[in-house]
Amino acid sequence: MDTIVKEESGRFVKDDTRQYVGTSVNRPNMKRHLEGRGCFVDDISLPRLAHVVYLRSPYAHARFKIVDTARAKAMPGVIAVVDGHEIATVCTPWVATLAHMTGMKSPPQYPVALDRACWQGEPVLAIVALTRHQAEDALPMVEIDWQELPVVDNMETALLPETHVIHPELGDNLCFTKVIDTGDVDKAMAEADLVVEETYRFGRVTGVTMEPRAMLADYHPSDNKLTVYHACQAPHMMQDLYARHFDLPENSVRVICNDVGGAFGIKVHVYPDDFATVALSIILKRPVKYMADRLESFASDIHAREHVVRARVGVKSDGEIVAFDFDDLTGIGPYSMYPRTSAIEGNQVLTISGGPYKHKNYRARLDVVFQNKVPTCQYRGVGHPIACGVTEGIVELAAQKLGMDPLQMRMKNVMPDDGYPCTGASGIQIEGLSHQQSLRKIEEMMDYQNLRKEQAELRKKGIYRGIGFAVLIELTNPSAAFYGVGGARISALDGTSARLEPTGVVTCHVGVGEQGQGTETIYAQIAADAIGVDISNVKIVTGDTEATPYGGGTWASRGAGIGGESVLQAGKALRVNIRKFAAVVLQKDRSQLDVAEGHVVDSSTGERLMALSELARLAYFRPDTLPGDTRPELMVTRHAAQRGFPFIFTNGVQASYVEVDTETGFVKLLKHWCVEDCGKVLNPMLVDEQIRGAIVQGIGGVMSEECLYDENGLLRNGSMADYLVPMAAEMPDIYVAHVETPTKTSELGAKGAGEAGTAGPPGAIMNAINDALSPFDARVTSQPFTPEKVLQALGVV
Amino acid sequence: MAKSVQIVTRINGVEGTYQVDPRLHLVDFLREEVELKTSRVGCEQGVCGACTVRLDGEIIRGCLFLAVQADGREIDTIDGISDQGELRELQQSFHDHNAAQCGYCTPGMLLTAAALLREKPQATREQVREYISGNYCRCTGYHSIVDAVCEVLELHRQPSAKSA
Repeated sequence: MDTIVKEESGRFVKDDTRQYVGTSVNRPNMKRHLEGRGCFVDDISLPRLAHVVYLRSPYAHARFKIVDTARAKAMPGVIAVVDGHEIATVCTPWVATLAHMTGMKSPPQYPVALDRACWQGEPVLAIVALTRHQAEDALPMVEIDWQELPVVDNMETALLPETHVIHPELGDNLCFTKVIDTGDVDKAMAEADLVVEETYRFGRVTGVTMEPRAMLADYHPSDNKLTVYHACQAPHMMQDLYARHFDLPENSVRVICNDVGGAFGIKVHVYPDDFATVALSIILKRPVKYMADRLESFASDIHAREHVVRARVGVKSDGEIVAFDFDDLTGIGPYSMYPRTSAIEGNQVLTISGGPYKHKNYRARLDVVFQNKVPTCQYRGVGHPIACGVTEGIVELAAQKLGMDPLQMRMKNVMPDDGYPCTGASGIQIEGLSHQQSLRKIEEMMDYQNLRKEQAELRKKGIYRGIGFAVLIELTNPSAAFYGVGGARISALDGTSARLEPTGVVTCHVGVGEQGQGTETIYAQIAADAIGVDISNVKIVTGDTEATPYGGGTWASRGAGIGGESVLQAGKALRVNIRKFAAVVLQKDRSQLDVAEGHVVDSSTGERLMALSELARLAYFRPDTLPGDTRPELMVTRHAAQRGFPFIFTNGVQASYVEVDTETGFVKLLKHWCVEDCGKVLNPMLVDEQIRGAIVQGIGGVMSEECLYDENGLLRNGSMADYLVPMAAEMPDIYVAHVETPTKTSELGAKGAGEAGTAGPPGAIMNAINDALSPFDARVTSQPFTPEKVLQALGVV
Repeated sequence: MAKSVQIVTRINGVEGTYQVDPRLHLVDFLREEVELKTSRVGCEQGVCGACTVRLDGEIIRGCLFLAVQADGREIDTIDGISDQGELRELQQSFHDHNAAQCGYCTPGMLLTAAALLREKPQATREQVREYISGNYCRCTGYHSIVDAVCEVLELHRQPSAKSA
């Protein structure tokens, strides 16, 4: 595992022995959580702190006029009642489009609606009081005149001429449309031996982070300084946005992310109430805290994944896939979310669908439409659950019609392991994957042949079990191709500063932060190996724009691959500087020196020559003893960005084993397997736990989670009691294995691992249920697969 | 607003007298009045378990109890329980299995796991899953939590555990 690198002197030296990278190091930063001592935003208090609650529209679409706020203002503890017009005096509105998403449109959006609410839950008035209780007490005292407007709730009729246009100035309810058309799909379909078509539906879901969205904005007029304690994934992005929308110098804005109680993409967007809270701190000249309660979370956190996809596949009689044709419709609410936009998810469906396979003919169409529901945006896995679900659903159906084993069907069609780099039919550039090896591994791991026998035996006894597969690719380590090229100021570059402290310990400041994934731990592993110190002597600092190098933060599975590469390069550079300085102090040639276990050592014998603590002591406290031109540089900064490929794809395969109770419609998830290739595995335990967590989040949307709306655009199940997230008893054990195909675009070789898990369950579980239902000639295609839908498929209800 | 009520309660072993609103929930009382931030607010309707604390030794949901109901009773949060060392094995096992990610649900999960150890020392893996189902975790997918709890159960079942 040793790596040999060329340093600037031209000599080759052994770089490190990778003592930690590749091993299951426990997370040092978990210990505080095990004693409850994490520090989340709501745990923070400041002198003069005020609390805000937002009066939210009870209607999906309505004009309003605030008639009276005097009674609310007179309530105990109330500091201010502020409307959208006043907030707009300090905060400019935004339009969430991207230049490279040609033709995309969305109207300007304000932190607090001015005179029209476009979804149930949109903030229309802010009430600030000494306590949250007092602010809530004042809410019902406000008198508002509401005039209901026509509601666009059904995305499938949103583009019909008779449907009300939500934003008349845009002309229609279409936010974005796109077609990819490669090869000759019509000809290939005509020449295929079998064409299979099916329509798949995916219910709206939301992230339900255990910690609701939370922030504390603290504006100081004296020095025009804004500090925001934030539960978010991208502190520098928020710093840039606050600076621009509140007209503040960028370096007067500080965003601090301490512990974040789950994020999953929910906490990487600009929320109206978020900007309104900053505005209130500026207007009121005091710290203001906003913490969403759970009911507000359901009505204001982004939703995601409401799609209807018509899928067609053309196959030869031997199982060869010749063409895919997809038509995706998605509803995104009344505004595209800022600044990442709400068209990315659908765009990903076009990019990713059919991704594992060799076919040359590919057509995919996307319509992204406005509706009067909670806005949608990027949520863990962004588009992958849909893309993988429809691809694997239709491929498995084709296999069934051909009478072919589903695993063999995949083996025949996946891109070969020796065929990279290559370009997929949707236009994606792929550096290197391992579909074939992964399929072989999962077959062995699940003891596939015996499982089929067990299934057949049980079926004779009236026990209906099913096995389903989902092969997937996942987009990770994004370059600027995602946002930067479209004009969004979201950094694709991340940095690390590594500093040797006087006692010989190391502090690394990194631009990518952590929301529980174990990011800081893998950074400590990488740094300890790269520098040559014990991991217990490495401290990682993240989550503070005033302390860390600039960076994009956590999204699109980039923390390990891009953040980690910057740590590696900073660590290596520090090691070189330590050796340079040690060469002066020890009067030896640098090539004779190396660093190991916190000491400068003889590079050939390993003999310890000087402790880093002694070396650093001389550098910091006794520079007077050094030769005149010696400059110890014991702090270095290095950056990393993805270049060469726009993204680095990972691949994987998941399998699900289920039992369907044909009398009740209940589906029991018995077991779930996953083989994942995320390149170099930095910490096997942490990677496995990322994958398991993501799989269960994927399962949620497949089995029980859905934001249900009535015909008036009102959310019917916006509470944790009614919106069903997975509980421990319903979840299967999940077995995870790896194939490692490191990316060559970085020295670290790591690809992303945090999101791919969500992509597998929609396809794997749907296929497993349909496999179980096959004796009844019944199929389910509308997720989540509730008992009711299973019984409908069986014709029982 | 109703007049505040005086309560006397022993929190993590220390008795105190407090003036509380009759409507104040126990979790809000602990977080806002006593500055104990370890019981967390997740759903405010007794579903998620993030606010789990002990009342007279039994685990309860801080969002379903009122502060006034704690009058004359003992409350223990993970702060005191952890300091006493009672959770040592569970904490170690959770650490070893990476059975926490963001940490928001962790205090509640640990207190529920500790109750399981007491009540159901013979629990099977499936029973562990059932028992902790009142505590939501959105990060781990539960597998590692179940592993961690089962490891401690197994440790306690070993013959040497009793005499130790």
